[in-house]
Amino acid sequence: MEFPEELKYTAEHEWVLSEADIATVGISDFAQDALGDVVFVELPEVGTQVEAGKPFGVVESVKAVSDVYAPLSGEVVEVNAELPDAPEMVNTSPYEDAWMIKIRVSDQAELESLMDAAAYQEFCESEH
Amino acid sequence: MLKKTPLNRIHRDLAARMVDFGGWDMPVQYTGVIDEHLATREAAGLFDVSHMGEVEVRGAGALAYIQHLTINDAAKLEIGQVQYSAICYPHGGIVDDVTLYRFAADRFLFCVNASNTDKDFAWMEQVLEEGDFPDVELRNLSDDYAQLALQGPAAETILARLTTHNLKDIRYYHFAEGQVAGVPTIISRTGYTGEDGFELYFAAEAAESVWTALMAAGSEEGIKPCGLGARDTLRLEMKFALYGHELSSEISPLEAGLGWITKFDKGDFIGRDALLKQKEKGVPRRLAGLVMTDRGIPRDGYPVFAGEEQVGTVTSGTMSPCLKVGIALALVRPECSGVGKELSIGIRNRQVACRVAKTPFIKNWRD
Repeated sequence: MEFPEELKYTAEHEWVLSEADIATVGISDFAQDALGDVVFVELPEVGTQVEAGKPFGVVESVKAVSDVYAPLSGEVVEVNAELPDAPEMVNTSPYEDAWMIKIRVSDQAELESLMDAAAYQEFCESEH
Repeated sequence: MLKKTPLNRIHRDLAARMVDFGGWDMPVQYTGVIDEHLATREAAGLFDVSHMGEVEVRGAGALAYIQHLTINDAAKLEIGQVQYSAICYPHGGIVDDVTLYRFAADRFLFCVNASNTDKDFAWMEQVLEEGDFPDVELRNLSDDYAQLALQGPAAETILARLTTHNLKDIRYYHFAEGQVAGVPTIISRTGYTGEDGFELYFAAEAAESVWTALMAAGSEEGIKPCGLGARDTLRLEMKFALYGHELSSEISPLEAGLGWITKFDKGDFIGRDALLKQKEKGVPRRLAGLVMTDRGIPRDGYPVFAGEEQVGTVTSGTMSPCLKVGIALALVRPECSGVGKELSIGIRNRQVACRVAKTPFIKNWRD
């Protein structure tokens, strides 16, 4: 199970890569492992306003439907258009190929509420 | 406290993901649902189905009692044969769907759904007490038996290594009593996957040794342990009904596509009057197989539309691992159930296009 150091994480198992005012978002290795085979991904359109803690997309495994929550508020400036055609990338490359959206963050202070890698790993271990 | 099958330790050693399935601690997957599904279609899968219930019926009145209790014609059942059947309430709703084994003129065994076992047994006792069936004895043997399903095109090859019984003599929906890995076993050529294969019943104490022997015997063919996830996707690709989804006390066998086991000409049985009335009047809804023609995965409870009008509800849905599209079973108005009919399914806030398909969905998958 990987927990890259450079990322921040939410309690709903999304990861965030923050670069200037742009945040790239996906779901964690822990999340994809818990879901099992991912067979469907639904993402918002560019220009959508997302709100921290509110669902922005959907991931479906063979067995179940799960919402994906926005870690931060802002405007969606880019979506991974390849992902809906190859949802299995969520399993094979959760931190790279399976990035989901890029958000122009409206409130950098929201970053403070996210977990760092060590805290998130501990959180996952306590949840398991 | 969840009930455990005698293979619980093996599932945990294999790091299976466990779930509460109708009060049972069961493996939902080991290596992954798609991996296990394809292994069963292409080679062999081994499923722990020890949670299933077994009820023995014996005595001179056993056949008369079973004819009254079930909707299929048990008189047609030969010794050594298995029959798919169902038990209905007087109003025509389904108590359970079952397989029935005939061991002798006066001895039968029901295999029933795990989560229905207690309900079924109580119903069977009630029917026995209220009717006039002298010399019938019912025994709930569910805790005595372990059950494994060995399914897939390599199943016969693998099982043949562990038994001296000539498996070619056991035809589909027949069984024999023999030994598997030295353990006395009911070897039944049945299953819930659409593949050739066997369901094996034997003493619960022998479960670990039989499981281990089968896994070893099938290693060359690539046998895989399979969980309830693959069991569900495999049966869905075949349009096999599952109690609690396509079958319930509020759904009749005629609606659920089980007219073929509803034998009105065998004499009276529980539910016959109500079902006959429904047959004459026409069923209000019919089970249809739907294939998504646009991207999306149907799920239990999603509404089915013809145009803007809701005409039914999805009872089970998944992504088909073989076809790689969403498939569903749905109870829809009869006029919407014809093959080729264009419908849509409400998935979250959208209507996603689908079509009534020929079933089994995977009929031509290998071509």
